[in-house]
Amino acid sequence: MNSDPHVLLRVIAKFLIPLIALFAFYVQFHGEYGPGGGFQAGVILSSSVVLYSLIFGLDAAKAAFPPFLIRIGMSLGVLLYGGTGVVTWILGGEFLNYNVLAHDPIHGQHWGIIAVELGVFATVTSVMLAIFYGFGSRRPEIEDTDW
Amino acid sequence: MIYAVPTSPLVSTLLLDVSLLTVLVIVAFAIVRVRSLFAIVMLQGVYSLVAAAWFVTLDAVDVAFTEAAVGAGISTVLMLAAMLLADRQSAPVAKERQWGPLTVVLIAGAAMLYAVPDLPSYGDVDSPANSYVGNEYLARTAVEVDIPNVVTAVLASYRGYDTFGEVVVIFAAGLGVFLLLGLDGLAGNYRARVMGQRLSDSSAPTGSRGSEGASGKSGSSDKRKKLRPTVTQYVPYEDEGGAS
Repeated sequence: MNSDPHVLLRVIAKFLIPLIALFAFYVQFHGEYGPGGGFQAGVILSSSVVLYSLIFGLDAAKAAFPPFLIRIGMSLGVLLYGGTGVVTWILGGEFLNYNVLAHDPIHGQHWGIIAVELGVFATVTSVMLAIFYGFGSRRPEIEDTDW
Repeated sequence: MIYAVPTSPLVSTLLLDVSLLTVLVIVAFAIVRVRSLFAIVMLQGVYSLVAAAWFVTLDAVDVAFTEAAVGAGISTVLMLAAMLLADRQSAPVAKERQWGPLTVVLIAGAAMLYAVPDLPSYGDVDSPANSYVGNEYLARTAVEVDIPNVVTAVLASYRGYDTFGEVVVIFAAGLGVFLLLGLDGLAGNYRARVMGQRLSDSSAPTGSRGSEGASGKSGSSDKRKKLRPTVTQYVPYEDEGGAS
């Protein structure tokens, strides 16, 4: 006898969550050609983790996406973005002027945009999950009668 | 990518827009009328999802992504988490106190209706969005940045400072939550080190729900204490198979 009333939900979610995460990376790395970019990809990836934790529990989500990654990703994203600007300074351009990043200005623009979007992606994903973990962990417990 | 403007009048799209906006208005009135906060949170999710569908019909797919993921997904869950820490019902507001907000809403709505004739018409070529710096970006992106998506070029390159500011704002928001609440919900729990001995009390500020549950179902309260606090509904209750 199966005591788990949510088995259908779990099976469907297990199928969908990897696709959502994959779509996030598609939006990230295809952002030059299609709609999307770092921010959209970040919220989609973090929403896949949120869905995972809704179905399988917050502890499982924290095991899959540990909080120390959030601490690192949050600051790494801002550092990557700001660091790109500092690198362009060092190479002789203005702050965030990507033209100087490569010999060809257009390639420089491409490199700069890729770096900057990765920074946005890391920060947005981490912050969304930080807020979710921060609030979600506070709940004492939910009973079935609450719904 | 620059899409050609369709030549036929967009009657079907217009119908879709109107029906989606009608649904939005209905949902908004439902949110105002309903007293159960759980229903309100769910209706807000519905609102965001319909808004996302509407953004897709407006060809603003980026915004639709964000609205669907943040508005319908993450913020709904966050509102649920916040609601579960507070009351489940909103208290009814007395009739006398409803006149002030109603006046404000009516005046604001009248001002918006007054401003409508000044808006550029739908798809106007000479609208401000299509005439000044937008054309410049469209023309220069192909030469200077050479990526098909002008939005990405504007956000990441031409307006890189703005985006950097946004990232810092997001970082600051996350940092604030992180410092105030902690990622494990430990903030608010009592933790101290007294004379080399580590004291901790995780049961102190759990709010009124904890005591209610303990008094109502005393039999299972011991098991419940072992479970980690969580926002989620579907955590498997391993040792109470027959309960549900």
